[in-house]
Amino acid sequence: MNKQRRAFLKGALATGGAMAFGTTVLPQSAMADWSEKVSEAFSANSIEDISKALFENDGVIEETNNIFIDAPPIAENGAVVPIEITADIPKVESIVIIGEKNPTPLIAQFNFHEPENAVAWVKTRIKMSETSHVVIVVKADGKLYAARRKVQITVGGCGG
Amino acid sequence: MAEKFRTRFQAKLKNGITEVKILVSHPMDRESKTESGHFIEEVKCEHNGKVVMSGIWSGGISKNPYCAFKFKGGAKGDSVKFIWKDNLDNTRTTETKIK
Repeated sequence: MNKQRRAFLKGALATGGAMAFGTTVLPQSAMADWSEKVSEAFSANSIEDISKALFENDGVIEETNNIFIDAPPIAENGAVVPIEITADIPKVESIVIIGEKNPTPLIAQFNFHEPENAVAWVKTRIKMSETSHVVIVVKADGKLYAARRKVQITVGGCGG
Repeated sequence: MAEKFRTRFQAKLKNGITEVKILVSHPMDRESKTESGHFIEEVKCEHNGKVVMSGIWSGGISKNPYCAFKFKGGAKGDSVKFIWKDNLDNTRTTETKIK
C-alpha cells in the first residue's frame, strides 16, 4: 500500500475543518502513523484486527440488530453486489464494509465528520469472491458495533 | 473524445436531509500479488468548504463505483464538492449545487 494516501489527507487537514478520525483530530505528526494503520487494516484478516487498525480501539465490538444490511440473498455476479446499510444508532462516525472471505477483507470505510449531522446510511456496490458474509462495523459515539449478512455468490467477483 | 474517469455527482435536498449520489467511470482493478491494481483509494465530500464525508475505498468496490450517502442540513444552492484520488495519482474534483 503506497504512502501517497498521507499526502492527500494532509491536504484535507490543511483545507480546514477538523478531520476527525475515530474520536481524535490527528496532528500532522501523527499522519505517518495513520498511513501505517490503514496499511495494517488492509492486510488484516479478522474483523477484530481490521477494527483495531482503523480505530485504535481494543474495545468490544457489539453485535447488534440496529444495523440493517440490505443485500441480495443470492448475487448472480459477485463483481457487483449492491448493498445498502442503515444504522439505527445516533452519532455515527464511521461505517466500515468488510467482505469476510475476500482476498482483502477490508473493502471500504466511510467517515462522517459531523456526527450530529451525520446520517448513518450508505449505499454502494462491492465485490465478493465467494458465498460468505458481508460484515459491517459501525463506530458511533466512541463505541463499535457490527452486523453481518450472508450473501450467496453464483459467480465469484474478485477476478482470477 | 469521451472524458477519462467521468464523474457524475448530484446532491438533492429532501426533508432537511441532503442525499449525495456519485458515479465514477473507473476500472477499480484490485491489487494482486503481481499487479498494483488501479482503484480509487480516497474520497472526500465537502459541503460549503467543510468536509462532511471522507472515505477509504479499495479494489473491493465494484468497477464504475456507485456510492450514495446523506447528511443533515444543507440548503438549495449550497456548494457540494466531491474529490477522489486513485492509487496511480489520478484525481478529480467535481462540484455541484444542492437541488
